[in-house]
Amino acid sequence: MYEFYALGVLEADARLEIEDHLGRKCGVCTPAVKRAAAINAAILSFVSDVTPPRGLRTRVVGSVGGGKKQFSWWPVWAVATAGLAVAAMTFYFETRDIGTQLAQTKATLAEKTTEAGRAAQIFEFLNQPETKAVGFNGTEAAPPKGNFFVNGRSGVLLIATNLPKLDAGKTYQMWVIPKGKKPVPAGLFRSDDRGAATHLQAGPVDVATLAAVAVSLEPQGGSAQPTKVLFAAPVGL
Amino acid sequence: MKTLLALVLFPLASALLRAKDDSALLERLRNRDPDAMGELYDRYSRLTYSLIYRVVRNQSVAEDLVQETFIRVWNRIQGFDQQRGALGPWILTVARNRSIDYLRSVDGRMAANSLEVEKMENPAMFSNLEGEIMNMDRVRSLKAAFERLDANQRLVLELAYFEGMSQTEMAGKLHKPLGTVKTWVRGALKALREEMGEEAVA
Repeated sequence: MYEFYALGVLEADARLEIEDHLGRKCGVCTPAVKRAAAINAAILSFVSDVTPPRGLRTRVVGSVGGGKKQFSWWPVWAVATAGLAVAAMTFYFETRDIGTQLAQTKATLAEKTTEAGRAAQIFEFLNQPETKAVGFNGTEAAPPKGNFFVNGRSGVLLIATNLPKLDAGKTYQMWVIPKGKKPVPAGLFRSDDRGAATHLQAGPVDVATLAAVAVSLEPQGGSAQPTKVLFAAPVGL
Repeated sequence: MKTLLALVLFPLASALLRAKDDSALLERLRNRDPDAMGELYDRYSRLTYSLIYRVVRNQSVAEDLVQETFIRVWNRIQGFDQQRGALGPWILTVARNRSIDYLRSVDGRMAANSLEVEKMENPAMFSNLEGEIMNMDRVRSLKAAFERLDANQRLVLELAYFEGMSQTEMAGKLHKPLGTVKTWVRGALKALREEMGEEAVA
């Protein structure tokens, strides 16, 4: 009857008898009552499973001043942290894109500045009264067309169109040819997609001894002497 | 697999047997951490509510008694043995006693033995229970034995466990001689103990 004792439903006489034993720390009754308490708990757990109503938790936990679980800052922090991470990544990639764009813009600007500088240089070159135009004709079926402009103080300018397409590893090279001497290299250049090119070899030229100017097709990096002359123009000044 | 099966077949008993994991929670409860009450509720509310509802059969009353049970546990936690106490059985006992008190107040059975009931939920009663029956195999055996009891044996146990009746009260309710009721009770408890592999004790 220890189980009934542990349930508190044992009749008074039996209950008092057990309590007397427990008071004397009876080696049988003391463990038997604990065992009965365990058996009782197990039997009490055999009831049908019923879900507590929603809201009861708030009520119970709130009765001792708890309930922070109902509103935790953790989700807020989690969302905020995730948002910051996304913003940081977006900022990073946008900054990187802006950096890339800025670098490209700087490169383009430098290129345009160079081109503008060259254009100004060419315009100045052409505008000088001592600059003389020297026509030429190429050797190809569809020959290049254009002019050399020679200026003893400023150099030699080539403006040409219809240049043959360059193969890989090839380049154009301009030459100035003094009278009775070997051609002197006057710079490498390339044409654009339409076969047009403008090339200025800046620097003084001894016009008095200049016999001709020419353009040849050379390997990448140029040559010491012309390999294949595309066109040449005598300078009969 | 065995554990999973046990969880499916005995969800409430599984909650009851979780006592070994409760020591950290007990520490927080003893330190009066209000949020620990939330964790305590999460672990034991289903078990507690199911038992109380079985006794009182009324949702509103069951809610009140669940709240009363947890507050009582909260207020008495200092007397509970953190290392050796079995929290689940204690909470169940407190819940059961609150429910029985309610039934008695409604029935006008005002508790000749309410003081005895109070004694039986003394936290000291729930120390060192783990080695006794607190494992799933034994709970399963006990349930099987409970289901094999004959109708009269099961009836008197249910009157004791879930309605808080003494044998004398059962005899009055069932209109049976006290000796007959005692025979049913003794036979039922003997069958349970034998199933548990224990010697029948008076």
